[in-house]
Amino acid sequence: MSNAVSALQGVSHAGYIDVEEMGLRGMVTLRGDLTSANVKIAVKTVFGVSVPDVTKCALQGETGAAWMSPDELLLLCPHERAEELVASLSEALAGEHALVVNVSDARAVFQLRGAAVREVIAKLAPVDMSPNAFLLGHFRRSRIAQTPAAFFLRDETTIELICFRSVAGYMFDVLKRASSRGSEVNAL
Amino acid sequence: MLILQCPYCGINADETELAAGGQAHIKRETVGSDDNAFEDYLFRRVNPKGVHFERWRHANGCGKWFHAARCTMTLEVFGTYKAQTFEPPQNIKDAISAKRPGWKWGDFS
Repeated sequence: MSNAVSALQGVSHAGYIDVEEMGLRGMVTLRGDLTSANVKIAVKTVFGVSVPDVTKCALQGETGAAWMSPDELLLLCPHERAEELVASLSEALAGEHALVVNVSDARAVFQLRGAAVREVIAKLAPVDMSPNAFLLGHFRRSRIAQTPAAFFLRDETTIELICFRSVAGYMFDVLKRASSRGSEVNAL
Repeated sequence: MLILQCPYCGINADETELAAGGQAHIKRETVGSDDNAFEDYLFRRVNPKGVHFERWRHANGCGKWFHAARCTMTLEVFGTYKAQTFEPPQNIKDAISAKRPGWKWGDFS
């Protein structure tokens, strides 16, 4: 077994918010009919969270489920448990028209911490990040500068952001620049 | 800036989150079609001034294709609807009729 490493191996930057690459994180893609009772039960039993509503996510520590599209969920878990959970979920969905794949190493995860996290995202994405529009439990797929990304609030001052591994370097650079000291907007 | 509501995720998506897919409601010609029908399908597109139906994809979002009814002159958006249909739903047609009485687009009116 090769030694798994994350895209930027935990690199971090302290601007007017802190940006840190999160290291290895387990991610499982589930494609299937999200309204089916079997799928709902399987996700609940294997991952311990309910299938979230449209554009929402359900989190429980390191595990969670996020709504990606009408037929796709992103399931989060500790990296070392991904393979085992894929096997149990596939088994639980036997007979169902569904696809379960471990995509952990295809993605990179960043954590943004600080009072101005909403502002830094608002600089880079066409999303209303004001505190009464983007709430805890929302999961937004959009773009960050020129690359697709998805993000959600872990708490009021922490945002986690998921992007493709191949653009992790670019993502870190734009986040670093958008959070550099002296570039505060104080708009939100 | 064009903003369309994605009918799948309900997000008011900015133009930069979307990918344009050209004219909507095109019938695909296939084996057995004559040359003229094939030429129409491959190359001929309407370019109306006024009511138009377009395909869009929520590319930097849920990734789904949907349709939009727009006015090419005022850039007004009459509505968006899911792509699993051969013609615009009645509520979209009504919304257009309210603003542009007597409109016509292909076989729709």
